[in-house]
Amino acid sequence: MPSQVKRLLLLFAVAVVALILLRHFLVPKSFGRYGHYRADAVGAIAASELRYSGHLVCAECHDDIAGMKKASRHAPVSCETCHGPGYSHSQDPTENKVSVPSGRERCGYCHKYDASRPTGFPQIDPAAHGADEPCASCHNPHQPELKVETPSCEACHTEIARTLSQGHHRGLNCATCHGSGTTHQADPKNIKPGMPSSRDFCAQCHAENAAGPKSASGIEKAPRVDMAVHGQDYLCWQCHFPHLPEARR
Amino acid sequence: MTEKPIKPRLAISGRTPEKGSSLTPGHDPLSERLDFAGTRRDFLKSLLKLAPVVGLSALGVGLGQIVAANQEKQYDPTKHWYGMGIDVHRCIGCGRCVEACKEENNVPRYPYFFRTWVERYVETQDGEVRVDSPNGSINAFPPSGVPEQRILKTFYVPKICNHCAEPPCVQVCPVGATFLSRDGVVLVDESYCIGCRYCIQACPYGARYLHPKKRVADKCTFCYHRITKGLRPACVEVCPTSARIFGEARRANTPLWEFVRTHDIQVLKPHLRTSPKVYYCDLDSEVR
Amino acid sequence: MEELLRQLAEALKHVTGFIYPNEIELHWGILIVLYPFITGLVAGAFILASLERVFNVKEIQPTYRLSLLTALAFLLVAPLPLLAHLGHPERAFEIFLTPHLESAMAMFGFVYAWYLMVVLLLEIWFDYRRDIVLWSESPRAWRRILYSVLTLGVRSTSDKALAFDQKAGKFITIVGIPSAFLLHGYVGFIFGSVKANPWWSSVLMPVVFLFSAIVSGIALVLLIYMVSSWLRKTPIYMPCLDRLGQFLFYAIILDVSLELLDFVHRLYEAEESIDILGQMIQSRLFVSLVVVQVMIGTVLPLVSLAMLRALKPREVVRKAVYFVMGSIVLVSIFFMRWNVVLGGQLFSKSLRGLTVYKIGIAGREGVIAAAGLTILPFLILLVLVRILPPWIKTEPTEEAQKKD
Repeated sequence: MPSQVKRLLLLFAVAVVALILLRHFLVPKSFGRYGHYRADAVGAIAASELRYSGHLVCAECHDDIAGMKKASRHAPVSCETCHGPGYSHSQDPTENKVSVPSGRERCGYCHKYDASRPTGFPQIDPAAHGADEPCASCHNPHQPELKVETPSCEACHTEIARTLSQGHHRGLNCATCHGSGTTHQADPKNIKPGMPSSRDFCAQCHAENAAGPKSASGIEKAPRVDMAVHGQDYLCWQCHFPHLPEARR
Repeated sequence: MTEKPIKPRLAISGRTPEKGSSLTPGHDPLSERLDFAGTRRDFLKSLLKLAPVVGLSALGVGLGQIVAANQEKQYDPTKHWYGMGIDVHRCIGCGRCVEACKEENNVPRYPYFFRTWVERYVETQDGEVRVDSPNGSINAFPPSGVPEQRILKTFYVPKICNHCAEPPCVQVCPVGATFLSRDGVVLVDESYCIGCRYCIQACPYGARYLHPKKRVADKCTFCYHRITKGLRPACVEVCPTSARIFGEARRANTPLWEFVRTHDIQVLKPHLRTSPKVYYCDLDSEVR
Repeated sequence: MEELLRQLAEALKHVTGFIYPNEIELHWGILIVLYPFITGLVAGAFILASLERVFNVKEIQPTYRLSLLTALAFLLVAPLPLLAHLGHPERAFEIFLTPHLESAMAMFGFVYAWYLMVVLLLEIWFDYRRDIVLWSESPRAWRRILYSVLTLGVRSTSDKALAFDQKAGKFITIVGIPSAFLLHGYVGFIFGSVKANPWWSSVLMPVVFLFSAIVSGIALVLLIYMVSSWLRKTPIYMPCLDRLGQFLFYAIILDVSLELLDFVHRLYEAEESIDILGQMIQSRLFVSLVVVQVMIGTVLPLVSLAMLRALKPREVVRKAVYFVMGSIVLVSIFFMRWNVVLGGQLFSKSLRGLTVYKIGIAGREGVIAAAGLTILPFLILLVLVRILPPWIKTEPTEEAQKKD
């Protein structure tokens, strides 16, 4: 074997041995136990500090408030959603306190009007609702619903009310098409409000010789169509958005 | 911990709708507990029994640390495979999840680093789609500026690391600093990461960032330190409308399982075949 | 960190459309543009050298050793931008200890080590070994020590040993060609295999990187040959220069064909990402791509070199064209890397927005650091040509003895 090759092989062997030694000393011991990673990292990550306690912990001491909240519209809202992280408070209640929101800003994160919020979510226009008073001066945060004789549809369906107010159906009140809504208000998620079920309903105002339902006003201005010909295969709301009938599609 | 007499645990689960709650039967978000190791109170009881053995030093160590260590010994990652469901219909864009995540996980408070965020989509009637996420929506959203008349539809979409079952970020890590844990959570070993940022490039969802102080890759961990103790991730905990459903992606008769069963499910960027474990329902086709 | 926050705040003002919140920070900046540029020069210079050795292109023989030393100088600098870019450079050795074999980047450690040690250093050693042995007998002490070490203890200059050197050198060059392809191809694969990024994800990416590397390597050797001849006040061997110019011309044509293929393919398929990518090219990348890389950096050299072949003007004109076009080509290939690396990060993966790249002046990722890293290989080359003068072989022995 030429001397060059011998010398190079020797150097290569030295390098390999060096790499093996380095691997032995420098690769962390738990590496590769469960996969190509340092197994001890999992425990290290799991040992991070807690900041939020979780809703169950608050109820252990504040069971009266928790009970009130559970029977209210804020039942799905965790305590720490509004009060912030509570773990340190649960560990030492006298030394560490949680924050208590005041004013109007924090309630606004959820309840300030935004068209993108899902329909049925109660929203208010802060400029028009409650002057500058803190929300808590009328609404108990743990039982926010006020005792109102007949709550308006608008209180929850702000977005629909806003849309409606911009179109020609603005003169109609919700009950004209949807009925009174009292059963719906009792259990909004499960009992849906009434809805018209046939073309005859819209024909009350929009048929050529319509006289209108008893409660409708402004029927004279309603556009008339020949109901026998116009879109006869479809229900009216398959094309026309009743809340904003003139909207371009 | 408290002076009050120990009361029987209130039966939070199984509330019936007739009582005027706004919850769907069978889906009580407040009752989502991981099926393991009993209640917090039972833990404390067992700890008191150990007190003579452990001695005064045990009291000196924070009770939380002991609970954590105890649970770690009992926690078996092979019994879990975590995922999250997101009900787009319920998200109100309040941003509490973003706030809670940053609090719980010490995420830098600047508008450049997020483990989770919420996007608002506004689709106009003439076909324009506007998306925004101001400061990740940590302070909810300002008005979109699009008049109601022009809006075809608008909604919020929470985003988070998808904890993919075939994570491209794990594939590209040159040293093995990021990995898919045995219980289905993609984690970063911050003392091993070299900060090359390849994983951040490889993530199709923008879920990763480089921690500006630690100089390592960082991202949502599904609040691993919470879920291994039977708690819920912070974002799930504070969501006021239960838009996020955390749990077992593979175990029958769990909230996530039922969510997947009863809804039409989409995942983000399915054509990339990353097998995300965050399941959206009724996701609009404009969402990327 | 304050500098970073300031840059990000500034960048946020210039975002158009929607980007995922985390995308405001561009993670791979000028250092990561520099790395493929430098390794591309290495691969290109080496492939040029191998043209002489393996394919017996006699005219470019004067540049053979110069190409090897150039490749070595740039290869030594290549890991530096990577190290500077890491969040924890002190942990960089983990790539060697626990490489994740699924990751293209993990291959860096081995491909680099292989290429440096087995290909480049060995080839240089075998080519210079006889001269090193002779220089180790120099009267000056430090030279004696230096060259004795470099002999690795193998002092034989017998005909048999020298014949073996020649054979070994040729063998290593043959192995070195695919190794050079691998050295730079894997960099292209690092980008091309990222399915999350439609600008990068392409089968052609490793190939395009490689051929543009060859272009840059030829241009670099051409320039260094001209500059070193001018510095040493020796006449330029025109057949060599013309050959280099010819190879540069062909290499550019090959490279352009591949890049054009990628471009046409994208336009034709017109899949989802094309709208935002088109916007990006017309706004964020207009100057660096359309103006610098394509118009000035590709069309102009192609036309000039074609005209040289057609019109065959006199020597001084050809030298001027080679020099100017060689420099332009180098800048163009740098900007090709820039457009790939930064282009992939200037658009959002939501395909709905564009951001900006704010580069600083000072700091690890600043212009000054990048310029320093670009100049450093030339400084190293200056040292290397002192230790291992590449011109001995091509000049009479009397001059070689004078150099001591």
